[in-house]
Amino acid sequence: MMDTVLDVLSWILLLGGAIFLLVGAIGALRFPDFYTRLHAVSVCDTMGAGLVLVGLMLQGGLSLVTVKLLLVFYFMMFTGPTAVHALAAAAMQSKQKPLVDDREP
Amino acid sequence: MGHLVDIVLLGLLMITGFAIARMRSLLALAMLTSIYSLLSASLFVVLDAVDVALTEAAIGAGISTVLMMAAVALTNDEEKTPWHAPLLPSIVVFATGAALVYGTLDMPHYGDPSAPVHQHVAPTYLQDTPGVIGVPNVVTSVLASYRGYDTLGEVTVIFTAGVGVLALLGYRLRRCNIQVPGIRKLVVLRVIAKLFFPLILLFALYVLFHGDYGPGGGFQAGVIFATGFILYALAFGLGNAQRLIPRAFLRIMMATGVLIYAAVGIESMLLGGKFLEYRVLADDPVTGQHLGIMLIEVGVGITVASVVLLIYYGFVSRHCQAPEDM
Amino acid sequence: MSELLGHFNYWIVIVLMMTGFYIVIARPNLIKKIIGLFIFQTSVFILFISMAKIEGGTAPIIEEGISVYSNPLPHVLILTAIVVSLATTALGLALVVRIREAYGTMNEDDIHVQDEEG
Repeated sequence: MMDTVLDVLSWILLLGGAIFLLVGAIGALRFPDFYTRLHAVSVCDTMGAGLVLVGLMLQGGLSLVTVKLLLVFYFMMFTGPTAVHALAAAAMQSKQKPLVDDREP
Repeated sequence: MGHLVDIVLLGLLMITGFAIARMRSLLALAMLTSIYSLLSASLFVVLDAVDVALTEAAIGAGISTVLMMAAVALTNDEEKTPWHAPLLPSIVVFATGAALVYGTLDMPHYGDPSAPVHQHVAPTYLQDTPGVIGVPNVVTSVLASYRGYDTLGEVTVIFTAGVGVLALLGYRLRRCNIQVPGIRKLVVLRVIAKLFFPLILLFALYVLFHGDYGPGGGFQAGVIFATGFILYALAFGLGNAQRLIPRAFLRIMMATGVLIYAAVGIESMLLGGKFLEYRVLADDPVTGQHLGIMLIEVGVGITVASVVLLIYYGFVSRHCQAPEDM
Repeated sequence: MSELLGHFNYWIVIVLMMTGFYIVIARPNLIKKIIGLFIFQTSVFILFISMAKIEGGTAPIIEEGISVYSNPLPHVLILTAIVVSLATTALGLALVVRIREAYGTMNEDDIHVQDEEG
């Protein structure tokens, strides 16, 4: 019983992670401006990878593999947003202007 | 069903290959090459080659990308249209491809256990490793013990590449404090770099010493070790990184790794065995093998880390070289 | 049909190899040639590793209860080859940087013109 619940839960998390990855990829292709595309890609790095890792942790049960996956999750939560932040700062440095909506309201 | 992941990954690799052939911008090319390496690392995992996947991810998707971006940053950014029409190269490529496809028709089927490559030496390695060497990772035992000569040559190749890059890109350069203007204002990057720097070095040591029991070993560990210092150099400037690890120290370390490897070989000759015969290094042959493998992995890690870091220093410090120094 | 299934892996790898080969001989930019060489090398690695795979086997790390392992010998050869590819890429890129400083361009055709003139 417990096994089935864990299985179903991990499947939901894995599918959720896959959906976020797909959404992020579509956003990276379709958004009009560099900064908005960067924002879409950051979804991939945090929610997509994070949900997939938590789903795999549930599949692993209580073992050394789960501890390693927890460490990977912890590191991804730190390095993903930092990389996006550094990219955005570098773009501002090289005078890449964000697309602004100045139409009349 | 298991082949589906294979086909998807190979399809993505083909698309990336064609995109690289058609792309003009050089920075985008460096990124596409990194994607290509990462896709092949995933393919290696699917093909059960976990050690090779770790090495390809660390070296191909990691260091090669950094070096390509460093080289592209030193040069201009576009590729011009070629003068001659691509008819003759296309013909040559098609002819070679057709000849290769004709050659593969004789090859054994993919995944066939009765292929000739699985018959002669490989079953011996798989059977003898637990008893003679006592190390669970057969790739490490073959790399470090059964084929130790090849690995000695490989370390020497890395050392030669380091010497070559040093000779080409600035042996006599004084310390150079090149940094992207304004990057010191990024508090987030500086804090994260400081937080992760010791963790990266610790992970490199883990990969080095755990290479006997899981995927890992000297080459991957050396590359990860150098990556920690490259992160520090990116966040704090090349001058601070060179104050942390000076080039003179790296030049000495580069040679020390190769020296440790060759010294293990000569030590086993002095103890009565042949060159690189580890079982004479201790009273118990299996302990001798463990000791020999550990020592040479440390030597390999030291050389690879120093060479990669020296090559990075060489490329980046080319930015601030005055014209009269060249 | 079993020919196709047994060999499709190798044929796709040959397509990748020929892409890399085409980039080396047909594109004039020096960095792009080095990237083409890198693609060629990586596709050769994939060819070797797919020759090492055994159906139903796992990674060659000795574990209790597993009897079929993939062949470790090509893995060792390819590990060496990956490290050698790093060495050649680094040296090639260093040469390209020096050529750019000497000639002012990275285009092979322009370099030929400059060589013939001066």
